[in-house]
Amino acid sequence: MSIDKALSGTGSWLDDRLHGAKGLRTFFRKIFPDHWTFLLGEIALYSFIILLLTGTFLALFFKPSMTEVVYHGSYIKLDGVHMSEAYASTLNISFDVRGGLLMRQIHHWAADLFVAAILAHMLRIFFTGAYRKPREINWLIGLVLFTLSLLEGLFGYSLPDDLLSGAGLRITQGVLQSIPIVGTYLSFFLFGGQYPGTDIIPRLYILHVLLIPGLFMALIGAHLFIMFHQKHTQMPGKGRTNQNVVGAPMYPYFMAKTGAFFFFTFAVLALAATFAQINPVWLYGPYNPLAISAGSQPDFYMGFLEGALRIMPPWQWVVFGHTFAFNVFIPALLPLGGIMTAAALWPFLEQWITGDKNEHHVNDRPRNAPTRTALGMAAVSFYGVLWAEGANDVLAQHFNVPLYTITWIARFAVFLVPIFTYIITKRICLGLQRKDLHLIQHGVETGIVRQLPSGGFIEETRPLDEEELAALGRPVALALPSGEGGAEAEVPAPDMRGGLGRVKARLNKIVNESVPIDEHGANGHGANGHGANGHGANGHSATAEDHAAVSSGSDDEG
Amino acid sequence: MSSRRRHPLAPYAVVVGGLLLTGIGYAAVTAAGDASASPARITQSAQIAQGHAIFLEECATCHGQFAQGTPGVAPSLIGVGAAAVDFQTSTGRMPAKEPSAENDRKPPELNPQEIAAVAAYIESLGGGPTIPTSAQVSQRGANPGFGQQLFVADCAQCHNFDGAGGALTYGKFAPPLTKSTPTQIFEAMLTGPEAMPVFNNTTITPQEKRDIIAYIVQTRQEPNPGGFSLGRIGPVTEGLVAFLGLLLAMVFAAMWITAKHRKIPNE
Ligand code: HEC
Ligand code: HEC
Ligand code: HEM
Repeated sequence: MSIDKALSGTGSWLDDRLHGAKGLRTFFRKIFPDHWTFLLGEIALYSFIILLLTGTFLALFFKPSMTEVVYHGSYIKLDGVHMSEAYASTLNISFDVRGGLLMRQIHHWAADLFVAAILAHMLRIFFTGAYRKPREINWLIGLVLFTLSLLEGLFGYSLPDDLLSGAGLRITQGVLQSIPIVGTYLSFFLFGGQYPGTDIIPRLYILHVLLIPGLFMALIGAHLFIMFHQKHTQMPGKGRTNQNVVGAPMYPYFMAKTGAFFFFTFAVLALAATFAQINPVWLYGPYNPLAISAGSQPDFYMGFLEGALRIMPPWQWVVFGHTFAFNVFIPALLPLGGIMTAAALWPFLEQWITGDKNEHHVNDRPRNAPTRTALGMAAVSFYGVLWAEGANDVLAQHFNVPLYTITWIARFAVFLVPIFTYIITKRICLGLQRKDLHLIQHGVETGIVRQLPSGGFIEETRPLDEEELAALGRPVALALPSGEGGAEAEVPAPDMRGGLGRVKARLNKIVNESVPIDEHGANGHGANGHGANGHGANGHSATAEDHAAVSSGSDDEG
Repeated sequence: MSSRRRHPLAPYAVVVGGLLLTGIGYAAVTAAGDASASPARITQSAQIAQGHAIFLEECATCHGQFAQGTPGVAPSLIGVGAAAVDFQTSTGRMPAKEPSAENDRKPPELNPQEIAAVAAYIESLGGGPTIPTSAQVSQRGANPGFGQQLFVADCAQCHNFDGAGGALTYGKFAPPLTKSTPTQIFEAMLTGPEAMPVFNNTTITPQEKRDIIAYIVQTRQEPNPGGFSLGRIGPVTEGLVAFLGLLLAMVFAAMWITAKHRKIPNE
């Protein structure tokens, strides 16, 4: 019996009972675009599944208890040492449970890959503008998932109760305490009294294996459901419009690919866990609240917070007899809070600035949205500086630079590098646009060299074909001689008047900065002529519509 | 009954006899000592002389003609003891090439016999901590588990949890402990080179020093059951591997899997 038959057999059996055939059919026929960046989210999804599986295994043997025991397991070096049951059971998993160390290592590598993939996935969404209407809700869910993943990782990292994870907990407690007014109470609440107490590990355990995974599953479910319902976005290309999705149908092509991709993820993680040691808690020793080791580091995803703490000058203010530990509070909450708030508001801010209320299903190429790309890169570089500063001691030791030199460099870099990154990225984007423009206007070089009657040589070019032109994702409509000279309209549109309006107009100008297609036409409007006003409150982001319009042969402005 | 009565002089006889015995014994012992010591004393002073000569040649430019130190260049060595000399020269730190923030571990320039000579010379100037015997640094019967706890409490803040070393403030570094011999570890604690504090035998007892040594030596010798160690410096290298190894591998897989296009009869 062929697989097809088996499937349809099972299908009709189920259909007779559940009447789901229609839904199943739409499911099977859902179209997935074929672009590798659309698989980044899948990496996160599959890592999460592997985390669930390996985490469940670990939970069978892990004892979330801070009761003190004397160790007598097979790791002889620590024989007779007093430690918490949590740490002892982690040693047991590592050395006495069959396959336990492998499971721990898969779990931890999967956690790292999970967060890394989420980051990459988020950047893809941002840089291609895939968060635009109607996908704002999924963007927000994604931000919550990212924040949860940081918490989940932090709590998991704390569970084994080793020296490094204890240091991380200590910092967590410091951050809690630094929150003005309620800090001390929050810390008492979480730790069930004085730090470290005996409640924290059992509590983190419940959060780590029950509450947050539950939230994860609910949110991932919603995320996928919405994605499914709204369909994928797609990169610009021939025949790709805001009304269709071009790609492979779910069944069988995408099923096969994504199934294979799951096994890739599993294989990569299993290989990493077999060959690369991660979190060797036995080397760190049990947690000792009085000791702090050099090189104490959180997992990479908390690195930028660590860096923020390290970069901060030691400021503390005493106001009305209360100590406000701004040296902890500001760095702990400002960078993450700032980035997340900005990220959450951005889709709406962009809509407001561009006045673009259209739906977008065809993505932007990053170069075609220079300001957005530059802002994103600035945020990435900000994150990067903090991240590097989080490892300042390791950098100092391995590159032989004094520790404080690095911190001082980072103190300036954290403000300057994002600014430079913004400027440079924008330049690069505009440069790439010019290159595209050159292709559009002069065609591609064919590699055929011809000799001119005069003796000189020229290389032959041919114009871009339709497919190549479409893949550039350029706002083709801009190529039209801009007959609607309205670009420099004297009377500003109603919503561009007044104080806020002027701010908006300015922002609009910045956001819409692009190389106009008719650059060589040497006419009145400069690099931002189109976007700023007149017809173009949505000049640039009209890309998709323009494109759709072009393929249907009209020159509608969208 | 009379047999039970002591002669009135008996106590005196006992005392005198005891004194005599002690005296003879003492004389015999010291004589024996002398007899065996005299050649040793000669070799010892020869060793000191040799040490002095090496010192003048290798060390005096910085530490001064009489090891009294040169202000602003190098400290006085009077009273630093044989342990300090042995540590500094056997780890190749001395003779220093130039006065710098910190002298790194290098292959030693002096051979063991020369080191012993210089150590004897410096010791002859004013005592100080001596070079530990092999029994003092033996790991037999030492408790590495307890050593781990001591190490974490006293050493890890500079040398990292497993002795991988770390950065200190003002351009200083605590070196990795991967090559230090048990004797050098003992001496380092005893003499506190550079930015390292002195851990004398009351802060950390000799027994505890052996525990620490056992911990350091066993830790660096133990294999990595989980695979490649990634330098044993904690999550920083792990993060790099996660990004440059795992994520990149997955990205390549994604590219590969999506690059295989098929003409699909849809639409
Ligand atoms: C280039 C100059 C220089 C030379 C040559 C030199 N030293 Fe030093 N020495 C120093 C300086 C500077 C210090 C202090 C820094 C330190 O403790 O590492 C020092 C420190 C020491 C100490 C540690 C003192 C203490 O307080 O613990 C000893 C022991 C020592 N030297 C022995 C020697 C011996 C033995 C030689 C010759 C084989 C020698 N040095 C050659 C510069 C020098
Ligand atoms: C305040 C920081 C600090 C602490 C605490 C500290 N050390 Fe050190 N240690 C140093 C520095 C700095 C050096 C390098 C000295 C030099 O280069 O002259 C060093 C050097 C050493 C060396 C020589 C390494 C070599 O090159 O072979 C050993 C061994 C050593 N320490 C052991 C210990 C032990 C054991 C403890 C705990 C009992 C300890 N240290 C505590 C800072 C420290
Ligand atoms: C339902 C899902 C999960 C379960 C049941 C689970 C369970 C566990 C258990 C029992 C431990 C402690 C045992 C040990 O450390 O060896 C642990 C550790 C850990 N977990 Fe999870 N986990 C889950 C999901 C996650 C997720 C989503 C992340 C990442 C964001 C994560 C990150 C970690 C980390 C970093 C550790 C420390 C691992 C180590 O010891 O090296 N876990 N988890």
